[in-house]
Amino acid sequence: MKEKAGLTGRGKRMERAIMAVPVSLWMVLFVAVPIGYIFIMSFLEQGDFSAVKLAFTLDNYREMANPLNLAVFGKSIVIATVTTVLCLLIAYPFAFFVAQKSTITKTVCMAFVMIPFMVSSLIRLFSWITILRRDGILNTVLMDIGLIHAPVQLCYNMIGAVIGLVYTLLPFMILPLYSSIEKLDPSLLEAASDFGAHPLQRFVKVILPLTFPGIFAGIIMVFIPTLGLFFVTDVMGGQKVQVIGNLIQNQFVTARNWPAGAALSIVLILLTFLFIGIYKGCGGSMDDLGGV
Amino acid sequence: MKKKHRTGKNIYIFLVFLFLYLPIAVLFLYSFNTSRMNIVWQGFTLKWYGSFFKNQPLMTSLYNSLVIAVLTTVISTVVGTIGAVGLNRYDFPGKKLIDDLLYIPIVIPEIVLGISLLSIYSLMSMELGLVSIMLSHVTFCIPFVLVNVRARIAGSDRSQEEAAMDLGANRLKTFLRVTLPELLPGVWSGAILSFTLSMDDVVISFFTTGPECTTLPLKIFSMVKTGVTPEVNALSAVIMFVTIVIISVYTQMQIRKMKKKQIKAE
Repeated sequence: MKEKAGLTGRGKRMERAIMAVPVSLWMVLFVAVPIGYIFIMSFLEQGDFSAVKLAFTLDNYREMANPLNLAVFGKSIVIATVTTVLCLLIAYPFAFFVAQKSTITKTVCMAFVMIPFMVSSLIRLFSWITILRRDGILNTVLMDIGLIHAPVQLCYNMIGAVIGLVYTLLPFMILPLYSSIEKLDPSLLEAASDFGAHPLQRFVKVILPLTFPGIFAGIIMVFIPTLGLFFVTDVMGGQKVQVIGNLIQNQFVTARNWPAGAALSIVLILLTFLFIGIYKGCGGSMDDLGGV
Repeated sequence: MKKKHRTGKNIYIFLVFLFLYLPIAVLFLYSFNTSRMNIVWQGFTLKWYGSFFKNQPLMTSLYNSLVIAVLTTVISTVVGTIGAVGLNRYDFPGKKLIDDLLYIPIVIPEIVLGISLLSIYSLMSMELGLVSIMLSHVTFCIPFVLVNVRARIAGSDRSQEEAAMDLGANRLKTFLRVTLPELLPGVWSGAILSFTLSMDDVVISFFTTGPECTTLPLKIFSMVKTGVTPEVNALSAVIMFVTIVIISVYTQMQIRKMKKKQIKAE
């Protein structure tokens, strides 16, 4: 890590210091300060004319324990867990099979995973509504071929919300899984087979542990955002299905109780840090979360 | 036996792609639907492709989105790239903090960053609109650029930089002629990512916009009660078509590079 000693050593260090200034400043001003501010705000009272009043209170946290909020918290965790498990189950085999392809096919496949992002995620969700609604494409087709006799409610409920969330977040599961599976050393797998491991054993004892960092990164990239993605539940879940993000949105937009919304956000932040802490504790690399 | 396996795997890959592309196919199809509602298929028309141009509010929101995305991409790519080089191998007090801060926009739910920025803008009595959205977008794009560029730095060969300096190139010249070209693939993917994230962002724009400024995703979100019009489908189809062309050119270039490398290796 030491800079090469010499005439240029000091100048180079200065130069790097100067280059580090803009990004550091930006992160402090637009990340550290705002989050610090909502942390403080979460202990303040709601203002009459402005957003907050300078008076210390713990009410925002106490209020959170009301049964209505707790119900949404519980439902959020259930929705996030179901979404994460489904994403993992769909993405793992996909990433695994793609990783076995030739270099060029792999590049094309992964590009095709990214292309849907180029269409507004909202537009794609609305398109799902066209497919899933009671008089939508899927119900019509299923009734035409006689699989069902009455239309099934597939959106504006929990099912719709989960479909929307899985759809929106699937690529974020595929990317870290793919990059960890692609790094697998084929000779290790051969060795396992040579020693007589049958495919299932090989998968459980060798492949799964080696790709664990990717699995964990994927879980973080799906589970955490699910808790906040209020627009997906808004569009696909109808009024009844809410995640913690909907509660925060309500406090900031409808109820205009910013300190209560801030307290809810602090809970989300703590939950995120808990996950990241465990992830790092297990030796996970933060860069794997950035989609490299 | 083996062949059967392969067919099964290909079918699986195909099914996942079907899931990813089904809604896109439907929106494309319905952009030719004569009915104004997105429900039943009535007949084929091209009129929506002509009429979205004349839909003033829709065009304004597209224009806003493009302006914000371009500015965001330029600023976050420059700050992120320079920052990646600057933070690399140079230690200063508080560097650990900056490193940790950089991951926050990547991992915390967007809504948290959105309301935090809204709160601080409101505290500063800053006017909400194009500028506040753009500053917010830059904030969540910088980390993605930085991570992508840093991945290139990790694999780059420092001896070339030293050689250039030894041969008398000054620092700026070395940076522009040697360091930057090495990092360029990372810079490109960071820039593309920034543009996409900015164009598509709903949550952070939702909180940091003002009454005067609507972006395309916000405009679409406001249709949540009424449903999306075929005009919006047509516009999305055009945007998608343009981006697919750009991406295929980019992928083609990468594939060509890979093929060259393969030939060299052989």
